[in-house]
Order: sequence, then structure tokens, then C-alpha cells
Amino acid sequence: MELFLARLFDGLSSGGTYAVIAVALVLIYKATTLINFAQGELAMLGSFIAYILAVEQGMPIYLAIVLAMVLSAVLAAGIERVLIRPFDPADHLPLVIITLGLFLVINAVAGMIWGFDPRSFPRMFPEGDVWTMGIARLRWYTVGTLATVLVLLVLLTLLLKKTKVGLAFRAVSSNLESSGLVGVRAGPTLQFGWMLATAVGTLAGALFVADPFRQLDPTWAQRVLIFAAAAAVLGGLDSLWGALVGGIILGLVESMVVGYVTWIPNQMSLAAAVVAIIIVLLIRPNGLFGSKAVERV
Amino acid sequence: MTDPTTAEPAATAPTGKPILQIEGVHAAYGMVRVLHGIDLEVREGEVVVVLGANGAGKTTTMRAICGLVDTSGSIRLDGKEIRGKRSADVARLGVAHVPQGRGTFADLSVEDNLQVGAFVRKDKEVRSDIDRWYDVFPVLGERRQQQAGTLSGGEQQMLAVARALMSRPRLLLLDEPSLGLAPMIVQNVFRNLQSIRQEFGTTMLVVEQNANLALGIADRGYVIEAGRIVLSGAAADLSSDDAVRAAYLGY
Repeated sequence: MELFLARLFDGLSSGGTYAVIAVALVLIYKATTLINFAQGELAMLGSFIAYILAVEQGMPIYLAIVLAMVLSAVLAAGIERVLIRPFDPADHLPLVIITLGLFLVINAVAGMIWGFDPRSFPRMFPEGDVWTMGIARLRWYTVGTLATVLVLLVLLTLLLKKTKVGLAFRAVSSNLESSGLVGVRAGPTLQFGWMLATAVGTLAGALFVADPFRQLDPTWAQRVLIFAAAAAVLGGLDSLWGALVGGIILGLVESMVVGYVTWIPNQMSLAAAVVAIIIVLLIRPNGLFGSKAVERV
Repeated sequence: MTDPTTAEPAATAPTGKPILQIEGVHAAYGMVRVLHGIDLEVREGEVVVVLGANGAGKTTTMRAICGLVDTSGSIRLDGKEIRGKRSADVARLGVAHVPQGRGTFADLSVEDNLQVGAFVRKDKEVRSDIDRWYDVFPVLGERRQQQAGTLSGGEQQMLAVARALMSRPRLLLLDEPSLGLAPMIVQNVFRNLQSIRQEFGTTMLVVEQNANLALGIADRGYVIEAGRIVLSGAAADLSSDDAVRAAYLGY
């Protein structure tokens, strides 16, 4: 029982962080219908901005994160305007190449400025545990991360469902040409999507490196992006709540498989999680919560 | 037949002044030239129909008005040049376009489709307009929370028309409202268009292959062939024109 709880809490902890980055991927996917390879690196950049504001400028960590979200969103607005908008949003290949290029450039620039030495990110939640039972520890970090994701998802859902800019966002992601015909300007709407996804990515990045077991360096996002992408696909790519469920399932499968299926070596735990995802996608090609493309003519 | 180049002075009756004036419009998709100098005019309160065979350039004419295809020539709305403007900006000037294939937002609810139709409006009457369209098309009211993509073709056509009218447009463009619909449903769509016209006086430009029905609700018509206007006149005259009857009416 103790062992099971320990694995459950481990799974929730890593699952929560996969989920929060998966949410950023889902947002940009909803806006542009493409997976933005630069999203993870933008989140890394945002986490560095928050670090500098908090550690070097001495701001309280929450203020630093909010300010970093704003700054990274402004940067994303500029990237969208200069590098993305000149291209046809319906033609995906050039856009994918551009996001791949951004991925490399942001990573190289961050490495140049900050180097690759790991740094310790300020804590966002109290150290220690909410509840313990022998070796099973439910950490404040895990609870705080999951609570933050929940609040974030509620706010994003309200923004998309209840506001005019949210309606424009959904219209553009649903039908680009028709959204123009009703007067929605695609450019500013997609720019809003980039800003929103990047701000969420910065929050996700800060949450990720705020884990006392992790450290901040310019490579963290590369290591986690693949898990986050897997979580987003599992949840259905266009479903925000699916990203949460997908992230947690991925985290749980990872920790349970290592714990209980002893013939699978530790190093293969993620491969096992990916196999589980492939099985799910074979049965539900649109992921667990992805919208099925229902269209009658 | 009025000559489209001689717009009446604004001093004449408030109805009947030209809303849309198209002159010498050429359009091409890459190397393929589709329109070779279209002249066409729509006056306030009028319903004008554009007839023509597949590939004649009807849809391209509509897309040219909304800035969805590269064009040359002149397209004026209320006397102001709109050629080269982006579709969102043309829509903001009061042109609503129901594209071929209806262009509903398939994964948005019926209600959200109507909401987004009113995107450019700033007034407070959006809610009451939505309820009015639920009265006109009760089936939309019953399915307000359903994804638009799950509606039948006829229901989607009603939704597309209602969504377009949610913007309270100066000019409604309808591209083949009968396409892909069963004959009974087509009749129903045109009955609805007729009553919308009577009730709201909406100015419409309708592209249609079903010439019979279209001429039935139209004041005037144009016949387009291979990217050129070959014939124009009052709807009644076109209905009795031998060439039109042979080519488009089938009797």
C-alpha cells in the first residue's frame, strides 16, 4: 500500500508537469493546427526570464513569473508578426520549418547568454510534504502544481468560451476562410494564440523547474517536450482538459510500469508509456478527448 | 437594362442607389485566368442572380468581391473601392458571404456560429437577433448546443444564411444555396430567402445553377459564360429568353 501510494504520488508529480506543458502545446495547436516545436524553447526562455527577475532583480517569485509571462507573450507577438504572419497559415510545411528554426535559435541564444551550468530555481510552493505514510510522500510541490493546472484550465476555458476574443480564436481554428468572411481578422487572432500559448508555456516552465528535484538550464525543455507532446496527443491534441488527463495518465503509467512490471528496466519506463499511448490511439485515433471531425454534407 | 457604368445620381430615390459596382474585373488562380472583365451592379433592395454553367466563373466572381482571389479591375461598395481589401475588412464594411459548401464552423455549436456571425457588431441586440433566427428556423433553436457539423445539409444551409444575416449586412452574397440539397429542401431554402427578402428588404447577390428557382425570387439577372457576362436583364425577361431557357431552364 505504502509502495503503491509512493508510486501514485510520483506519477501525479511528473504527470502534473507533463500536463501543464501539454496545455501550452494544445493552445498553439488549437490556434494554428500545427505542433509548434519552438513552444518548449519559449517556455525555457520564459523560465529564465522569471529566474532573472526573481534571483537577480530580487522580485517575489510570483510577481517574477507573472512579469515573465507578460514579457514572453510580447516576444511571441513579435515572433508571430515578423516570422509567421508573412506566410500562408493554411500551408503548414514552411511554418513547421520556421518553428524548427526558432527552436534551434532560441536554444543556442539561451546557451550563449546563460551557459549550461544548472541553476537552482526559487521555490514556488513550501518545501516538504502535505501528507506522508512511510516512504509515500505527497509533496506540496505536487499539490501546488496540480492546483495551478486546474485553476489555469478553468481560466482558459472561461476565456475561450465566454469572451469575444475567445470566440474569434475558436472561429479561426475551426474555419480560417469563414472566419474572414464574418469579419474576424486572422492575423491578430493567431497572434493572440501565440501570446496566450507562450504565457502559459512560461508558467509551465516555471512550475517545471520549481521542483526541488530539478534544476534550471537551457536543455530542460528539450527533455520534457517529447513527454508533453505525448500527453497532448493522448488527451486529444485539441482538448485542454484532455492535456491534463493525458499528462497524468502518462506520469502514472510511467511510475507504475517501473514499479510493478519488473522485467522492464527503469531506462525503458517512458518507452513503455509511449507503447501505452500507441495502444490508446489505435482504439481512439483522436485521443481520449479530441473532437472527432463530424461533418455532414 | 441599366448600364452599370452610369450610376444614378444620389439625389434620386433612396432605394435603388447602387450598393455594389463591379467593372472590368479579371481574376486568376495562379496561371489559370477565370474572369475576363466582368461588369455587374447590385442596387439597394434588389435581388440579383448570376446564372452560368460549372466553371463559368460564378463562384470566382463572389470570391473576388470578398477579396478571396487576386483580381484586377474595380469593385466598389457604396462607391468606395474595396478591391484588394482582405476578406475580414470587406465583411466589416457590411458584405456577408455564404460561400459554396456553406462554410459553417463545423466544430462550433449552432449558437456560437450565430454569435460569431455578429462578430463585427457593437450593439446590444445580438441576443434578440439570435432568438429571431431561432423563430425563423425552429430547427436551429432545437439544436442550439449541437455542433454545426452534425446538422443535415439543409439545416446547415439555414444556419449559414442566418449566420450571414446576423451581421445585419448591407449586401448578402449567396453562393449556390441549393448545392447538394434534395429538391424539397431546396424549395424550402428559397421560400425562406423569399420571406427574408420581403421581411427585411435584404439586398442579395445570388449565384445559382437552379435558374428556375433563382429567377423566381430575383429582380434582375446576369448570365456568365467562360468568365464573361454574355447576357443581362430583368428576371422575367431572362426567364422568357430562348437561349436562357434552352441552356439553363431546360424547357
